[in-house]
Amino acid sequence: MSASTRMSSRLAAWLPRLVVAPSLLVVIVAVYLFILWTGLISVTSSKFVPTYDFVGLEQYVRLWATPRWHTAVANLFIFSALFLALSTGLGLLMAILLDQNIRAEGALRAIYLYPMALSFIVTGTAWKWIMNPGLGIQRVVNDLGWTDFRFDWITNPDMAIYTVVVAGVWQSSGFAMAIFLAGLRGIDNSVIKAAQIEGATLPLIYRQIIIPMLRPAMLSVIVLLSYIAIKSFDLVLALTNGGPGTATELPSTFMFSATFRRNQMGVGAASAVMMLMTVAAIIIPYLYSELREKNDG
Amino acid sequence: MSTLEIDRVRKAYGHLEVLKEVSISIGTGDFLVLLGPSGCGKSTLLNMIAGLETITGGEIRIAGKAVNDLSPKDRDIAMVFQSYALYPTMTVRQNIEFGMKIRKVAQADRGRAVKTASDLLQITHLLDRKPSQLSGGQRQRVAMGRAIVREPKLFLFDEPLSNLDAKLRVDMRTEIKRLHARLGTTIVYVTHDQIEAMTLATRVAVMKDGVVQQLDEPQAVYDRPANVYVARFVGSPAMNIVPAVLEAEGATVTAVIDIANRPPARIAGITLSPEAVRRYAGKKVLVGIRPENFSIASGDIPPSLTIDFDVVEPTGPDTLAVFQLGGVEVTARLPPKQAHAGQEAALSVDTSKTVLFDIDTETRID
Amino acid sequence: MAEALSQSSKMRLGRLAIYACLVIVAVLYLMPLWVMVTTSLKPLDEIYGGSFIGLPKVVTLDAWRAAWSQACIGTECTGLKPYFVNSLLMVIPAVALSTGIGAINGYILTKWKFPGANFVFGLMLFGCFLPYQAILIPMARTLGLLGLAGSIPGLVAVHVSYGICFTTLFFRNYFVSLPDELTKAAMVDGAGFFRIFWSVILPTSIPIIVVSCIWQFTQIWNDFLFGVSFTSGSSSPITVALNNIVNVTTGRKQYNVDMAAAMIAAIPTLVVYIVAGRYFVRGLTAGAVKG
Repeated sequence: MSASTRMSSRLAAWLPRLVVAPSLLVVIVAVYLFILWTGLISVTSSKFVPTYDFVGLEQYVRLWATPRWHTAVANLFIFSALFLALSTGLGLLMAILLDQNIRAEGALRAIYLYPMALSFIVTGTAWKWIMNPGLGIQRVVNDLGWTDFRFDWITNPDMAIYTVVVAGVWQSSGFAMAIFLAGLRGIDNSVIKAAQIEGATLPLIYRQIIIPMLRPAMLSVIVLLSYIAIKSFDLVLALTNGGPGTATELPSTFMFSATFRRNQMGVGAASAVMMLMTVAAIIIPYLYSELREKNDG
Repeated sequence: MSTLEIDRVRKAYGHLEVLKEVSISIGTGDFLVLLGPSGCGKSTLLNMIAGLETITGGEIRIAGKAVNDLSPKDRDIAMVFQSYALYPTMTVRQNIEFGMKIRKVAQADRGRAVKTASDLLQITHLLDRKPSQLSGGQRQRVAMGRAIVREPKLFLFDEPLSNLDAKLRVDMRTEIKRLHARLGTTIVYVTHDQIEAMTLATRVAVMKDGVVQQLDEPQAVYDRPANVYVARFVGSPAMNIVPAVLEAEGATVTAVIDIANRPPARIAGITLSPEAVRRYAGKKVLVGIRPENFSIASGDIPPSLTIDFDVVEPTGPDTLAVFQLGGVEVTARLPPKQAHAGQEAALSVDTSKTVLFDIDTETRID
Repeated sequence: MAEALSQSSKMRLGRLAIYACLVIVAVLYLMPLWVMVTTSLKPLDEIYGGSFIGLPKVVTLDAWRAAWSQACIGTECTGLKPYFVNSLLMVIPAVALSTGIGAINGYILTKWKFPGANFVFGLMLFGCFLPYQAILIPMARTLGLLGLAGSIPGLVAVHVSYGICFTTLFFRNYFVSLPDELTKAAMVDGAGFFRIFWSVILPTSIPIIVVSCIWQFTQIWNDFLFGVSFTSGSSSPITVALNNIVNVTTGRKQYNVDMAAAMIAAIPTLVVYIVAGRYFVRGLTAGAVKG
């Protein structure tokens, strides 16, 4: 009797671990083992299928010697910088304006955020049509009388990357707004009242007190938007398909086309490792600080 | 029979030892209060009695039977939690019935048990409500109802009153005492509130840093605290602890305490064992005097000390007078209107209630 | 008095400016949706005639009909219908499985903590931020080895594998705020591991179940990368089919069909957003705002 109770209590102690084990196994394999596997392929000469012959860092050398990859990396910087700055700025502005006891706040918030529910493919399709020089915005303005007006970024290799920025900001700035708004709602109102009693004006209160208090929200927004920027793939594919030419190539599209379209699996794997390292450099310190603060609190 | 024996029980998390060889034993119908500040190990000990934490060393016996390896449901206990831990999606009735359903008690018996418990706690009209629709006091009653229907050998209470406001806390305290008188079940009750301990317990275990400082009846803990820690923890305002030098006078001793700009206080006639008198004569000690053991000196009894009142705080039934004695701040509880700030006063001390502590070990000298 | 008046009129002007800003931005945000809807309802000639922003002169559902059942994806001219069904067949089991598994993981990681539980959580958390390009090649190989390549069950497996990282995060952060005493009380009442989960924990978690389902539904429905990498032809999800329709380069470009197709792909997630927007926002901010 006593022995069987002991047995069952030992089983009870192990049960939670047993139940969580399959999930853990899946994550270890599908995330960590696969990352290692990709890393392994990146040091082989794999082309159409993986071949496991060690060639050292040859694929990385080849990758960095590819002009197309240089375009992709340069585009990533332009796109990320603008996308982050515009989404964050617009998101913060809208959050602050929405936080002024606005009557139709719920409806407005819903309008700013709905693009986030759409697929990037849908977004890309819509904006491709809007920015179509022959029939879209340019045509509308031309028909209104400004016949010299040009808005042909999408067909202009020098400007095409900015169309990706526009569509991306449209889709994601509502997300930044939602996080900032949650942050603003978390700020104790008495701080604002205290500052008002001291005679501070509203813009001053925002600049000096409230925006600095939004630092944690700001950090979250920047990290999460960087992550979205780095993995942006569908948007570019749907909007410009990497073109004109290779003008809007990003690391994510480069990886995909190298691997699945151009039979350069080794180069593709190398570019994937580069992407992973970039994300890890941003995300791991962020997660570490988030988790540590949580444990302190 | 529902005794509880805690036999040299230890608890460690890695190298961190939170309970160090705790031994407590109580009899059927006892009301044991584990009293101490947060982090003293009292809740850990309660969880170990309940089976919610493993026991690192030693043995816990309920009704004479070792329960170390038993899961909570097999220990014949019931527990009331600080947050009440009512199941939020169940009605009051379902909350009370949940344990019985698991034990497969027949529906008719369940209904009867719910009826008895809810009548006893006056919550019959609440049975179909959800916990979120109840006030704090009502939730408290439901939590107790859930425990009562188990008819356990042992009731465990984990700070059950600390989420209630002051007025309700006093009412529920009375309620718990009445319940104990009525059911006669053995109870272990954890609290950091010394008044709850004094009013409820038949036995109090004062704990600090995982060690039981004193295990005794509440009045004994109050009158004869085992050490300075217990003396300060039990009683409000706390017992005054003042440095003094002992002078032997035959079988008794006199405590001499310095007072700034005044002749020293002489508290004479404190009884000690002859051995202690020999050992502490002429030595420095700590004197413990409860605030209520000071009184304004009157005709027959010569005053022990003369001081100036610093601050005076009337509380209604009496007045707390604060003054300096032996370099520390001391509080006296005096009848109303007998003290005024800045006033000079001659006080006498009830020496039969005065306790002495060793200045190094801080333990009581007998 | 006069000063007070000017003060209040200044205030009113400020309020007006705020509202004006908010409304202008709202119009800009609604514009693409407006253009999509109106274009999808116009005949092609009207579009080529230069009608972009205006209401359709003739309202026709032809483009919707074409997008749903006639448009060509590759060589198959079946419209989006079979792909819409594919997406449904993929999204329903994937959402149910990942939410269920996430719920029990979150329950274990908060209420049955074992040594290393936080580390396990950390491992899963990083999975939320994995750039999927880093696992595309091995996953494609593994699906092939398991005989799941190019199939809907294969896509379900992929979405569940990475989805549990998010759902575990959601449920863990929610369960952390439930008092541990609740589980303790149930243990004293005699309930075991599964009983506590079913009878005590799960009934309290309806809001987070909704959040998890909505988030997973949106993510999986909108996914393109896994769909385009691991399926081909008739087993593709709707996003891949939509992209194929839009990128057809032969013949006169049928913008109205493109827009109708985009709307068809967007409607399920839009409906979810409109019906349960509050929960959608909670899912979005779950990764950012500390729980």
